[in-house]
Amino acid sequence: MITPVLAMHIPDGFLSIPVSVVGWLLFIAILVYALRQTRKQLGEHRIPLMGIMAAFVFAAQMLNFPVAGGTSGHLLGATLVSIFLGPWAMIVVMTCVVGVQAVLFQDGGILALGFNIVNMGVISGLVGYTVYTWLTKILPRTTVSQWVGAGIGAWLSVVVASIATALQLVVSGTSAFDVVLPAMVGVHLLIGIGEALITVATIAFVHQTRPDLLQARADNRGARWIAVGFIIALSLVFVSPWANPNPDGLERVAEDYGFIDTAQDPAYTILPDYTVPFIESDIFTTIVAGIIGVIVVSSLGLGVAYVAKRKPISSDQTPV
Amino acid sequence: MLHLHPTRVSLLHRLDPRVKSVTAFALILGILITPPHTWRAYPLIWTLLACVAVISQLSAWKLGLQAGIALPFTLVAMTLLFTTQGRPIMMIGGLVIPDSGLARFLEIVIKSWLAMQVTLLLTKTTDFTDLLRGLRGLGISETLVATLNVMYRYLFILKDESERLIRARASRSGKSGGYSSGGTLLWRAKITGGMVGNLFLRSYERSERIYMAMVARGYDGRMPYTPLPPLKRRDVVLGLIPIICMAMIQIVVR
Repeated sequence: MITPVLAMHIPDGFLSIPVSVVGWLLFIAILVYALRQTRKQLGEHRIPLMGIMAAFVFAAQMLNFPVAGGTSGHLLGATLVSIFLGPWAMIVVMTCVVGVQAVLFQDGGILALGFNIVNMGVISGLVGYTVYTWLTKILPRTTVSQWVGAGIGAWLSVVVASIATALQLVVSGTSAFDVVLPAMVGVHLLIGIGEALITVATIAFVHQTRPDLLQARADNRGARWIAVGFIIALSLVFVSPWANPNPDGLERVAEDYGFIDTAQDPAYTILPDYTVPFIESDIFTTIVAGIIGVIVVSSLGLGVAYVAKRKPISSDQTPV
Repeated sequence: MLHLHPTRVSLLHRLDPRVKSVTAFALILGILITPPHTWRAYPLIWTLLACVAVISQLSAWKLGLQAGIALPFTLVAMTLLFTTQGRPIMMIGGLVIPDSGLARFLEIVIKSWLAMQVTLLLTKTTDFTDLLRGLRGLGISETLVATLNVMYRYLFILKDESERLIRARASRSGKSGGYSSGGTLLWRAKITGGMVGNLFLRSYERSERIYMAMVARGYDGRMPYTPLPPLKRRDVVLGLIPIICMAMIQIVVR
């Protein structure tokens, strides 16, 4: 039996209707663009390639490894796929994966599907991809740099996606900022480590056996901008409750509806114990602040690197 | 586990997949827009879904059970009971449960449960490939639908591939009494990564073979597609009935 194992699937009922609609619109806009890009970049090979890769992500999630105390880690996969196929094909692949999980396996809602794909595919994969390409560019051209890039990219991809999920739940009035955020981020700081380890090991294996598959793909500049845009948007949402001494909407909603610990982690994720979020929230606030710092700095860095490095499109790398 | 190829033939099984998809989406939307504290709505909605289930020759009881099993986050949402402000109504093990927390928790769980039953009704009465044809008929991108088709066709083959890899690992992971098996966490992650990489290469090479086979059979970048027959008025009317019932429920309970 195939067990869908991605964390973070928001079920129907947990997102408000306006939030769901925004998610769908965002998802459709990005998907339409991604489909056009894959047509350009992969040609007629794209359908069998992306279809098989979507099935691959499903099957790869079954490969788990014991972590500790009877729990096991497994792959989420968006970063890995984006490193192999480029960000646009990754978006189509993850759309298929998350969509089939929702329809055939009832993992994640139908109305919540828009944001589920945006979180687990678009945000996760684009952040991972952007960090990977950026780090491999600025670090010395060695294998280790590639691993470092893939590892940090994979870890951040999971963490940033969890932040996005938490924020959608907060905006929907389904949970309170200071409960869901530490819970989600706390759990995914750890899940991200598993993701990073497997991603790096996979990259290392492919590097050893089929290094040709790890060549840089065709120009994907737009993807970086979307990733940076998402990161800046997330950071802004983060900063706003602290900047405003009289937080209105969110707080009120939170008071009316109360908190739900929506740490979206079904029993099969790495550390179910951590889904109960009553851990000193001061510590988490600091950690979260640190993460935001990292994200803001890296996004600024990315922006600068991009502006400084406007070189012509090199389209000699025709993907297979 | 899944009714991948539904065999029972009922009114709902025969209904046009385009109509079914739209109706399912509308019903889910209807469930989710139920305003807070309108408890009367939920039994009515459930009755509606149960009727649809009976027409589809499915057991409404089993359907509800299955939708319930698919709700692992219910346990997670439990904490809501204790963390909400409100008038205390009962005590469980020394913890006070406020009315608003209980209400909100129940609403979310019931809505999720009902919405999941709609999805189950759709997938249990529709072959996945028909569903994809329906989506294509509704104007969803050809590339996306074709990709989903390929994915679905090879999902179980790659699942088997994955199981072979796990079996191979298991058969080489001996454990002798008194000694713990396996290496460090890093080592285990490396092995798993190697397996994922192996699976990736097998999948990638398979996609190349599939592509070549497709070209050999005359593939020119366009996926052949058998369009669905034009929509029958009867199907549209049948699809509208549950939507109208849902609309009436929403009006009556407000």
